[in-house]
Amino acid sequence: MCLAIPGKLIEIAPDASGIRMGKANFAGIVKQVCLEYIPEAQLGDFVLVHVGFALQKVDEAEAARTYQALADLDQLGELNTPESIDPQPLTTS
Amino acid sequence: MKFLDEYRDQALAQKLVAEIHRTVTRPWVLMEVCGGQTHSIVKYGLDRLLPNNIELVHGPGCPVCVTSLEMIDKAHAIASRPDVIFCSFGDMLRVPGSKQDLLVLKSHGADIRVVYSPIDCLKIARANPDKKVVFFAIGFETTAPANAMAVWQASRQGIRNFSILVSHVLVPPSIASILQSPHNRVQGFLGPGHVCTVMGYREYEPITARFEVPIVITGFEPLDLLQGTLMLVRQLEEGRAEVENQYARVVKRDGNPIALNIINKVFEVCDRKWRGVGSIPKSGYKLRYDFRDYDAERAFEVKEIDTKEPALCISGLVLRGIKKPHDCPAFGRECTPETPLGATMVSAEGACAAYYAYGRHLKTEVPEYADQH
Repeated sequence: MCLAIPGKLIEIAPDASGIRMGKANFAGIVKQVCLEYIPEAQLGDFVLVHVGFALQKVDEAEAARTYQALADLDQLGELNTPESIDPQPLTTS
Repeated sequence: MKFLDEYRDQALAQKLVAEIHRTVTRPWVLMEVCGGQTHSIVKYGLDRLLPNNIELVHGPGCPVCVTSLEMIDKAHAIASRPDVIFCSFGDMLRVPGSKQDLLVLKSHGADIRVVYSPIDCLKIARANPDKKVVFFAIGFETTAPANAMAVWQASRQGIRNFSILVSHVLVPPSIASILQSPHNRVQGFLGPGHVCTVMGYREYEPITARFEVPIVITGFEPLDLLQGTLMLVRQLEEGRAEVENQYARVVKRDGNPIALNIINKVFEVCDRKWRGVGSIPKSGYKLRYDFRDYDAERAFEVKEIDTKEPALCISGLVLRGIKKPHDCPAFGRECTPETPLGATMVSAEGACAAYYAYGRHLKTEVPEYADQH
């Protein structure tokens, strides 16, 4: 229910009643989003959307920093990887 | 897809799992707060990648699950009226009330519509001036900006035939309630990433200080959940109890101030009854007095409804992390997603429904857990 997914902002335009709206592309699916809560969002930004509302811009610098920290995890650790780890791929959706 | 697929990388997941195995020296019981996190954990089998002495228990963060039976029955009473167009997120349609669910009411002729966003209800209200449009405003803090904006815009645009049935719930009081229970087993929390996208995480800091439990604000993808788990067990192993933020790509300490401003203008904190748990003080939102004209409970004067939950159901214990779904004798037998007995089976994000959906009710899957109980 608290599902929120990142989409790329491809259009910004107010609706007939003056609400700041736009369109975001979620891996090919384009949906309307309300941008009232992130007025600073620009075309091309990734925004986190929940029930048609953009709640926050995705901070690309933070995302890169976190991802790099993951990639830098101690390489030696792999030697100790326990055998119980499920070999199934994680990408099921 | 950017910012999604990267967080499902198997090689990085295995590195994180290995690091967790190296870090853990003792048993710890961790709770993920959100139903969405529970769903990811069970879907990807993340709990089974963790060391045997790490137990994940599943939290109360599924708003569909914890919406009280009384509120669902009120929704059904309002939706049954011929002058009403009742709008809801799709998740609520199949949730059984005392007599039926919204889909059954729809088949009997009630005008019930699934909306993607509460703001869509304003269009429906403008297009149907002779009808009363009611939105079933359930949700945690994540959904509050959307519901608040619908009311705010209705007020600003002078839309009078729109109201919301509010059943909002809040995470921090529910965490405090779990920690105050004499039966509590939870030693650390994977905090609710999307709730904190809106609210920030300042309000979790007094909880870590008061109860001396660590909270790591965590996202929803496999790598997020594994990294959050690693950060949490590091804190526990080092004897720290702090709020840390794994989900920094969208969560800031102060949340979204513009959203918080509208939420606070439209809503105020109130006591709220949680299905399976009971009443928790100051654990919900209700509309402020200035917006009383948009309050469906007031507009339709639905009387208190007497309800009864099946005695067999242990969802209250599951929601507080005291029991797991397969500790329940009815799980997968009398109680299935088609015939749910209680809160944690009524929504796909409920712990029992997630376990059922991914085959955890099947006998061959059970022995892996037998060691832990």
